Amino acid sequence: MTDLVIIGGGPAGMSAAYAAYQKGIRDILILERDSSLGGILQQCIHNGFGLHKFGEELTGPEYAYKYEELVRNTDIKIMLDTMVTDISRDKVITATNSEKGIFTIEAKAVILAMGCRERSKGALNIPGTRPSGIYSAGTAQKLVNMEGYLPGKNIVILGSGDIGLIMARRMTLEGAKVKAVCELMPYSGGLKRNIVQCLDDYDIPLKLSHTVTEIHGKERLRGVTIAKVDNFRKPIEGTEEYIECDTLLLSVGLIPENELSKYASVKLDNITGGPVVDQNRQTSADGIFACGNVLHVHDLVDYVSQESEIAGISAAEYIQSKNEKNTSIKITTDGKIRYSVPQMITEKKDTTIYFRVSDVFKNATIMVLKNDQVILSKKKPALAPGEMESIRIKSDDLENTQELTLRLEVQ
Amino acid sequence: MYDVAVIGAGVTGAMIARTLCRFGLDVCILEKENDAACGATKANSAIVHAGFDAKEGSLKAKLNVKGSKMMKKITDELGVKYINNGSLVIGFNEEDRKTIESLLERGIKNGVDGLKILGKEQLKAIEPNISDSVICALYAPTGAIICPYELTIAAIGNAMDNGATFKRNFCVEKITKTDKGYEVSSEIETVAAKLVINAAGLFADKIAEMIGDTSFKITPRRGEYILLDKECGSIVSHTIFRTPSKMGKGILVTPTVDGNLLTGPTSENITDKEDKSTTQNGFANIIREANENLEGIPYNKTITSFCGLRAAGDTGDFIINSPIDGFINVAGIESPGLTASPAIAEMVKDMIEEKLGTLTEKKDFNPIRKPMHHFRSASVEEKNEIIKRDKSFGKIICRCEGVTEGEILEALRTNPKAYDLDGVKRRTRAQMGRCQGGFCTPYIMRLISDEMNIPYESVTKKGGSSTLVTMRTKEVENI
Repeated sequence: MTDLVIIGGGPAGMSAAYAAYQKGIRDILILERDSSLGGILQQCIHNGFGLHKFGEELTGPEYAYKYEELVRNTDIKIMLDTMVTDISRDKVITATNSEKGIFTIEAKAVILAMGCRERSKGALNIPGTRPSGIYSAGTAQKLVNMEGYLPGKNIVILGSGDIGLIMARRMTLEGAKVKAVCELMPYSGGLKRNIVQCLDDYDIPLKLSHTVTEIHGKERLRGVTIAKVDNFRKPIEGTEEYIECDTLLLSVGLIPENELSKYASVKLDNITGGPVVDQNRQTSADGIFACGNVLHVHDLVDYVSQESEIAGISAAEYIQSKNEKNTSIKITTDGKIRYSVPQMITEKKDTTIYFRVSDVFKNATIMVLKNDQVILSKKKPALAPGEMESIRIKSDDLENTQELTLRLEVQ
Repeated sequence: MYDVAVIGAGVTGAMIARTLCRFGLDVCILEKENDAACGATKANSAIVHAGFDAKEGSLKAKLNVKGSKMMKKITDELGVKYINNGSLVIGFNEEDRKTIESLLERGIKNGVDGLKILGKEQLKAIEPNISDSVICALYAPTGAIICPYELTIAAIGNAMDNGATFKRNFCVEKITKTDKGYEVSSEIETVAAKLVINAAGLFADKIAEMIGDTSFKITPRRGEYILLDKECGSIVSHTIFRTPSKMGKGILVTPTVDGNLLTGPTSENITDKEDKSTTQNGFANIIREANENLEGIPYNKTITSFCGLRAAGDTGDFIINSPIDGFINVAGIESPGLTASPAIAEMVKDMIEEKLGTLTEKKDFNPIRKPMHHFRSASVEEKNEIIKRDKSFGKIICRCEGVTEGEILEALRTNPKAYDLDGVKRRTRAQMGRCQGGFCTPYIMRLISDEMNIPYESVTKKGGSSTLVTMRTKEVENI
């Protein structure tokens, strides 16, 4: 029996492991499928990481290395090249690697930190052919930054998520021509700073309310047809435009990778795609916690680390039998606020609720309602789906209720 | 000089080649693409039809029923997945019921076993998700599902293991009659054979023209499909067909042997034999009709969509004949061609016997091929034994489908070897899961590059100019 097993050695897994270690847990094992720690940060060689957490601008690998050093200086055990294939509700983990074959581990507590994957082209049903030269932005990032190869020379990017924006700049710096970034929505899902630094600085056109309507080319991609879309996101006839290109990168959303969570019968949130958790990041399965992008997709790794510390500390307290569930409060949202994490509160203590809005809003007021009474409100000049927001609730406000509602009022 | 040159490595050519090998003939298979199963075989409904569709007395009817009965044994020999899930033809109204009754009659005449008509309640009992507006169904217990490219690759591999030659990227440009037989030439190479089998699918009419036979035309008929996540594979257990009408067979819904849910195909005659593009209209039609058949198909769990081209002949039946001595057309092999393929192979063998005299089975022919999925379907203990011997089976490369490095290396080393990403995909399922190769593509490219000893830049998706990367970064060209 192992005290704490952490699935995934990316930023979430490492932060959670280190936090649990500092709380006194010694028997900790990190299972990582890749051949090094760091997860997806290893291929994020641009800077901008760590401003909140370390007060300096780091690249992805530098940020990862700071945590790797912390973890390596403890007795936390690490198994690399090890893929977890199953977790049961009673916390028996099945994993595979070359040395031990297929083996099982029993754990007192488990932290899910598997991260997320990119939405694929297949899921979009774009009409046309199936040539080579179509990649998700992250795959292209791996080819360029890790393998050292340029996927193509004339690029169109569909979707303006942060990885897509980062890759627009990277491909330009590597000598390719990025002809356009098309975004289905009337606003970008990426961070403002990335739009400025990755597109504007390089004169790359961002075409809002545009999508790719057809893919051309039998063997290698020859070009794409793009079109403007209406308010219902349907292509408008007559607005089609053919762009010659040999590469199409997709940055059309990230999906928390929760196959293992399903095997463990963890309840999932339809909107985040991740587990439903309480303030401790404990899932519906006793002793199974979740943090990082497997829980919900974050904008910044700094926030992943913060959240993972909560999960690590809580898992430690769970193992030490210090958790105390003394309430059951559901947090609901009004639609303008798409989701919240946590979705549940089970312990009366000061709790920060993280959330995202469903559209771009100006001059809005975020309100927390308890028994139909506004107990907290916060004005924001601008809100966008791409930026995660938070609001802190005091323990006193958690008395005498079973539900809190997050509401957005727009003038 | 070969005994037989088979043009086309689709399921028809593959089954013929394997059968002829079994009877001791020296066979050479010529394929214009970078792999077997790249044409109509690659993208179809993957169904072993029971045999009630085709008109009694037709080749389609005869070979369908015979092929359906042969298929189980062949898939056992070749280690290919085969699930006898049964099929249902559902009817929405009284007109459909009449058609279903005539299909039952026709099926009985064709020799299909076990057909019966089910009422609404019986139907709901075995398929609870079927639409409430369905009133009856024809049940065919012999209907089955299979993976067409797995079958084809295995048949070619088994033929090669027994001595057949497989030449890829061999696009036949010219066929010349000689004293001893034929010379079949591509732009760069010529193969001599006593006999030629034209199993060229969509291009069978072009091949026949090369020896002066212009008696038939092949029209590409587009069929689009949408494939859903394995989470959805259990929505139905049977293959669900609509009642055929003047408009065609309509959209079917079926589980696949790998546990996904497949919906399609559309049906549209086109002109370009290489236009495998999907369309917005096609998607809309599939989704509309499939949702009429079943309640609640979660199209938000779509993994991919694709298009296949049926090689539709102009006679209404399979075209299997010998227009001149020693040249056999096996053309117009549209549905139920996959099912009929083992029986077609037998028929071609019989036709060859007429020319060469009775053929006897080769004594040392080994009909057994190690299943491509042997590791995947092994027990934990067996897997651990394999991993102990070969560590590469302990390294999972494709996380969505759980495919190991060992399985990918096997695909790159076993007849017929995979040469490209799609070849690895069809043999191992790596890149076929939810992320569609997002994570594993760079790893598999590395394995292909190392194993084939070619530069990373030369690795392709599907041969030809379908390269994946252009050049090294920091490289400067054309200064």
